[in-house]
Amino acid sequence: MLMAKVLRVPDRQRMFWRQYSRELEKQGLQSLPIVLLISVFIGAILTIQAKTNTENPLLPTYITGLLTRDTLLLEFSSTILCLILAGKVGSNIASEIGTMRITEQIDAMEIMGVNSANYLILPKIIAFMSMMPFLFIISTAAGLIGGWGVGAFTDIITIHDYLLGVQYAFNPYFVWYAIIKALVFAFVITSMASYYGYYARGGALDVGKASTNAVVNSNIMILFLDLILSKLLL
Amino acid sequence: MIEVKDIVKSFDGNVVLDHISTVMRDGEVNMIIGQSGSGKTVLMKSMIGLHTVDSGQILFDGRNLAEMRSKDIRLLHREVGMLFQGSALFDSMSVMENVLFPMEMFSTMTRSQMQERAEFCLRRVEMPERVWNLMPSEISGGQQKRVAIARAIVLEPRYLFCDEPNSGLDPKTSLVIDALIQDITREYNICTIVNSHDMNSILEIGDNILFLKNGHKEWQGSRHEIMSSDNEALNDFVFASELFKKVKIANK
Repeated sequence: MLMAKVLRVPDRQRMFWRQYSRELEKQGLQSLPIVLLISVFIGAILTIQAKTNTENPLLPTYITGLLTRDTLLLEFSSTILCLILAGKVGSNIASEIGTMRITEQIDAMEIMGVNSANYLILPKIIAFMSMMPFLFIISTAAGLIGGWGVGAFTDIITIHDYLLGVQYAFNPYFVWYAIIKALVFAFVITSMASYYGYYARGGALDVGKASTNAVVNSNIMILFLDLILSKLLL
Repeated sequence: MIEVKDIVKSFDGNVVLDHISTVMRDGEVNMIIGQSGSGKTVLMKSMIGLHTVDSGQILFDGRNLAEMRSKDIRLLHREVGMLFQGSALFDSMSVMENVLFPMEMFSTMTRSQMQERAEFCLRRVEMPERVWNLMPSEISGGQQKRVAIARAIVLEPRYLFCDEPNSGLDPKTSLVIDALIQDITREYNICTIVNSHDMNSILEIGDNILFLKNGHKEWQGSRHEIMSSDNEALNDFVFASELFKKVKIANK
């Protein structure tokens, strides 16, 4: 029902694009610092753990870089990153729309004759979905740099072995698989958060509950869809 | 003109509005009064179309709300201005952006014409120019109400709905807001409906007063008739305050 109201051509294109650019900045650009920070650290940690678990003379030395790259591509920068962003972006959307609901701002829009769901939710969904592939690429790159840092600043692995592993047997399909997953999860995060916010009732406490429900349920949905998509696409 | 004809509204079998009929004319401040839980807000929300009535008709200049499709209701809403109890200004927009918003959504005016109209409306509600670029959270409650009025009238509505316009305001500011609502009603000849239980407001601006009790229409009249009415329930409501009791005794 809500999506039927959301997925319509906006009343005013100019207003839509203005909202869209605001959301790009709010949901996308403002997520960059946390994406970079987490990705660099996780990349470094993955490299150390991969090296520890592959200390075997029978295994090639480049395996650490390969494992780091594929873990980042296949799971971290698509799924785990989206679980993290569900906390940041999802709670932000649910609390913003929920507060607008309980302070009658959404009623005010409806009484003006504005399709509030379309005006408020569509730009958020489109903006986050259009930022997600870039966040994925940036996250993967940052993770790989984190792994390179382990080679550069410690004696756990040599940079040569690490870079060889990162480039070895690269399958470009993994990138497309990860981007498809990230796009689906971006839709799940924004639409579920918007739903919980839009139908929030009561006071500040209820907006808090809506925000929590949005994050928890979108996390569950992401994990469930990750399983389905992995089965279908790999 | 808005005609309410014999409307009934219930929630889960509990009748909240019981066969209410009234006529609200243009150029008048029509007030819906009554104690908390009397059905004022439900009546107002039913009139705007936020609630669907069980039976009866609500006619906006002859156009029956019940027969309208959702698209037509949205078009009707463009003729409606609404002042909410908590102002309901968009907190992500400045004062000026709030007033520009309805025009940006619906008017075909150029940017400079919109700006001019918004400035006119803000001046009309006596908002000083220095606050136009502030956010709603940075201005006082009374100023928020003024901005909400400016936003409500910016598209020159035919109907103005005000839900508890004086809620949370000091008596002096309440008088200013009341005067503004009355002036705008006369000036633009719009049909204004005010939901209130503030006796000062009722006596100041109520041209046509509808008194509800437990979902029934108990009494209807003007502010000049209210003090001399013999209706027991109305008198209980009006003279709940010792001050008004003294006024009545003094009048006698």
